[in-house]
Amino acid sequence: MQSEGQIRIPSGCAIAAVISKEGNKMSGKSIVDSMVPMHERSNGLGGGFAGYGIYPEYKDFYAFHFFFDNRSVQKDTEQYLKESYEIVKSQPIPVRKIPAIVDEPIIYRYFLAPLKSSVANAQLDEREFVARTVMHININIKGAYVVSSGKNMGVFKAVGFPEDVGKFYRLDEYEGYSWTAHGRYPTNTPGWWGGAHPFALLDYTIVHNGEISSYDANRRFIEMYGYKCTLQTDTEVITYISDYLLRKQGLTLDELASVIAAPFWSTIAKKSPEERAKLTYLRTVYSSLLVTGPFSIVLGFEGGLMALNDRLKLRSMVVAEKDDKVYVASEEAAIRVMCPDVKDVYAPEGGEPVIVKVEEGKY
Amino acid sequence: MIIDATQYTNEDLNDTVRQCASQVQIDNCLGQRFIAAGLSGKEIVVNGTPGNALGAYLNGADVVVNGNAQDAVGDTMNEGRIFIHGNTGDAAGYAMRGGKIYVDGNAGYRAGIHMKAYKQKLPVMIIGGRCGSFLGEYLAGGIIVVLGMNTDGKKIVGNFPCTGMHGGKVFLRTTDNSIDFPSQVNTHKATKEDIQEILPYLEEFCKVFGKDKKALLESEYIVVTPNSANPYKQMYVEN
Repeated sequence: MQSEGQIRIPSGCAIAAVISKEGNKMSGKSIVDSMVPMHERSNGLGGGFAGYGIYPEYKDFYAFHFFFDNRSVQKDTEQYLKESYEIVKSQPIPVRKIPAIVDEPIIYRYFLAPLKSSVANAQLDEREFVARTVMHININIKGAYVVSSGKNMGVFKAVGFPEDVGKFYRLDEYEGYSWTAHGRYPTNTPGWWGGAHPFALLDYTIVHNGEISSYDANRRFIEMYGYKCTLQTDTEVITYISDYLLRKQGLTLDELASVIAAPFWSTIAKKSPEERAKLTYLRTVYSSLLVTGPFSIVLGFEGGLMALNDRLKLRSMVVAEKDDKVYVASEEAAIRVMCPDVKDVYAPEGGEPVIVKVEEGKY
Repeated sequence: MIIDATQYTNEDLNDTVRQCASQVQIDNCLGQRFIAAGLSGKEIVVNGTPGNALGAYLNGADVVVNGNAQDAVGDTMNEGRIFIHGNTGDAAGYAMRGGKIYVDGNAGYRAGIHMKAYKQKLPVMIIGGRCGSFLGEYLAGGIIVVLGMNTDGKKIVGNFPCTGMHGGKVFLRTTDNSIDFPSQVNTHKATKEDIQEILPYLEEFCKVFGKDKKALLESEYIVVTPNSANPYKQMYVEN
């Protein structure tokens, strides 16, 4: 495979998302269909989806989705997992063979319960313990890739057009309260299964349309805190930034947005003294986590999502709401596939986060 | 001819439109791109949501959209008219050099970026509502009018309007003196002569969208123009 620097492919990408604020379940069909009018934004080198609330019967366990290059690496990985997890269930992720999706790796899922003794020995809280497991596998077990690792959620991605990827993974057979989607048109880096979006760690997932100019600055900073970018796509770093700022630093979603899409100093200067102080603090302390270059992203997490544009709004993104549902997409047409009669489609400002949370207790 | 776009890809739809006689109506449009690209001598009505680059390189055709348009409407258009009964996305009128784009609702970021004029070619864009940031960025020629009707209490333009503007004229129907313009532009309250310049376009806009011309003409406008015949000299030589 050619790696970064050996290949360059021009840009595009499509994102979409839908969430029910009341936690009502939706089949994956509608989000898959929403990608069809945005077909030209992808080039067949990557498509993927994240679904939340899809494993209610195993909701207390970490759902690990995996790609393995071969059986032997799968065995090694299982061996490693068994050292500190109870494997509650393991199974191949069901797929539908279609001509549009070929050369698939071994695609497996495991529902895992961390052994209390292992977590206690490591002197870590459980989520940190699981995150470290993910990093360990991605860094050290060659040929094994953790695709997602949260509870009651999962990522389904492949090389192909997103509408085909959705068919391949039989997403019409899943029901979730929140879905995000991505169609890839890789820039700079190769299109391969692990490099498709969403990128995930614990329950955080990112789909991203854009190109991160600050990638190496962001990567160097985040790799000081136990993360390692192994998947050859710039988007991966936004996932780790989100995990670091939300889970480890305890920032709010608004604050996360003010770090990665920090307003210009001239814009900050015009804010109220209180807000100015906060924004100045965030830009100063986390200056290496400012994500420059064009982007629109959807961050998915347990019980909600956040959509965000770069501060210059160099990528398109529109939002609409009807009844209990909120829709996000690169193009209005995608929203109208999911909800034809939606009114008041609007475009958030650059750097203005759209945060949607499911009512407490409904997911 | 009436086309139901439901089963049409971009290519099929555009091929069909090109083969139609002068009157075309596209129903159930959902994201098909490049509609009317490069066309002249047709009247095209789009019902639904046309995809990106509607009317790119338009060369004289009339396009009416009953719905919202997406990004890059009228990209590099040369001649013709695009009327949108709804909102339009980012970068409307990108580098257009002639013709008209009238939008009943709001425009996204970078409306009128790098519009230009030459001799008899004078592009005109009128936005009925408000605009996002970077309105008229790198404006080199032509006229942009933002009317600020139904702005939902938001500012008539976002941040950094007219950045890099070195030609053309921008009219904002507002008395808001808190808008931050870059140092390379001048602003003044519109004079009678200024209004006279946009009168025929405003009249046409009001006719198309059923607006009250009198109210619009009685309002105050801020006019933005580049502050020198040679702004680059200021930027690169005198700095």
